[in-house]
Amino acid sequence: MTVERDSAAPRTRDVPTGPAIVVDALTKRFGQRTAFADVTFEVEYGEVFGFLGPNGAGKTTTVRTLGTLLAPSAGTATVAGLPLTEANGVAIRRRIAVMPEQPGLYLRLSVAENLDFFAGLYELDDRRSRIERALRAVNLLDRADDPCRSLSKGLRQRVGLARALLSDPQILFLDEPTSGLDPLAARDVHELIDGLRRRGVTIFLTTHRLAEAEALCDRVGIMNTTLRTIGRPDELRERLFSKTLQLRTAAPLAEPERVLAGLPGVEGWHPSADEACGYVLTVSDPDLAAPAVARAVIGAGADLLALSPSRHSLEDVYLRLIDEDVEAQAR
Amino acid sequence: MTTEKTLSWTRVRALVRKEVNDFRRNRFIATTMAVLPLLFMIEPVISVFKLPADAPASKLDALVGVSTLELMLIPALIPAVVASYAVVGEREQGTLEPVLTTPIRPAEFLLGKALAAFLPTLVLAYVMYGIFLAAVGVFAHPNIAHDIFEPSRVFAQLLFTPLLAGWSIWAAVAISTRTSDVRVAQQLGSLASLPPVAVVALIGFDVIKPSVTLALGLGAGLLLVDLVAWRLVAAMFHRERLVTGARA
Repeated sequence: MTVERDSAAPRTRDVPTGPAIVVDALTKRFGQRTAFADVTFEVEYGEVFGFLGPNGAGKTTTVRTLGTLLAPSAGTATVAGLPLTEANGVAIRRRIAVMPEQPGLYLRLSVAENLDFFAGLYELDDRRSRIERALRAVNLLDRADDPCRSLSKGLRQRVGLARALLSDPQILFLDEPTSGLDPLAARDVHELIDGLRRRGVTIFLTTHRLAEAEALCDRVGIMNTTLRTIGRPDELRERLFSKTLQLRTAAPLAEPERVLAGLPGVEGWHPSADEACGYVLTVSDPDLAAPAVARAVIGAGADLLALSPSRHSLEDVYLRLIDEDVEAQAR
Repeated sequence: MTTEKTLSWTRVRALVRKEVNDFRRNRFIATTMAVLPLLFMIEPVISVFKLPADAPASKLDALVGVSTLELMLIPALIPAVVASYAVVGEREQGTLEPVLTTPIRPAEFLLGKALAAFLPTLVLAYVMYGIFLAAVGVFAHPNIAHDIFEPSRVFAQLLFTPLLAGWSIWAAVAISTRTSDVRVAQQLGSLASLPPVAVVALIGFDVIKPSVTLALGLGAGLLLVDLVAWRLVAAMFHRERLVTGARA
């Protein structure tokens, strides 16, 4: 399933200039409890920004704050070009759409009635065609007259997405859009988000599904009450993990230090913890080091079985940061 | 997080339409709105038919007052049941947060909710009163019918029906914004709707001497309360507490 282009999918407005979201030292406290603190980041128009973190990290509270449901305790923010102030609440909500974790549909009403109600709340003209476009965008046009209670959880999520698209928002906040969905339904939602991304819709996506963030997001921020890091997934991998090559030979090298040390681009090495005939080489440039390592190993008379750069996933980045937090709290 | 400025009738209308559609399919509300008014209309009709036509005028007045008082329970109790759902019902079914992320203002949200309870109540209450009057006109003893058709009594019924409904709705909506359980909201809302009924009852029982001036005075008082209540309840509507259950 994909988001259909042009006539089918809701149109986005002309892309405004400047960042879509600017957050500066934003903090939200509930009494003594800090939901999130000192969070600073920017999201550009047309970007899909992933907001990752464990349960209770402050992701949903951040969305609610940026969505004007909650007032920040400290710090400033600009959302869709407007300062996040009480006076701007209505104006900001006109420019954004928020899809909460639970779609929150009126189950006794039909899909179309649900959307019509929200179209009324946004004071939209040509409601019928907008509803039709939104439903076509999520492939639900044929279910328009079905009561929402008759829909599966995945389909309800799609109705929630259609509702969020109705007003052609400048920024779309999606809070855990695949939470509780089975893999097939989750894949449907991923495809919808990917379609929106290709159309240039600015999306702020909170999730704790790391593969989802890696596949969909241009940049991610990892949150655990404070913003632990932010960047493109590959940047984060590079920032947190040194570049390494994984070497595997048929038999252990007789003198690995003599073979591996001092090769161009190789900064160090150690035996692999997983394999008896494996070695992990820390390198400055894998493209420079790999041919030299291959030549050296073969030159030493060993049988080279595999030589590949190590792949760290976003999950590795996430787990390392969260583990650091857990260790810091334990100390 | 809003500043009250202009009221959008488009949003209020959208909310009223949605509410009415939802009520029609909500078995509890539909049954309540269908059955209770009938009960509150049938019982006074039976009582009126049982009245002794030769009773002294003062006693007849009191007995007629008691009978017609039950009709006042329609605008007092029916909207309380419906309006109690207004906020806490949305919260319980998880629909409040999506609504609050739209441009709707608290005053619009609450007005839409109140009108959605008020309009069907008004129609039901007047229809039931009309049926009551028709039954009395056709079947009751002329002495009793004369008492019931007394202009001041009819005027009071017509005047107090919307005003009582207004009181009842705002009390129930106010309770609905502060409680976290629909049933608690309904029980408290029904209780809160009774004080003005008590005043009307005292008039019905001749404890307070009825007069047009008194009716107008009470009516003006209730109208003022209804109008002020909208803004008061809007001020009590705290997005943050409603969404998170906590206050910053």
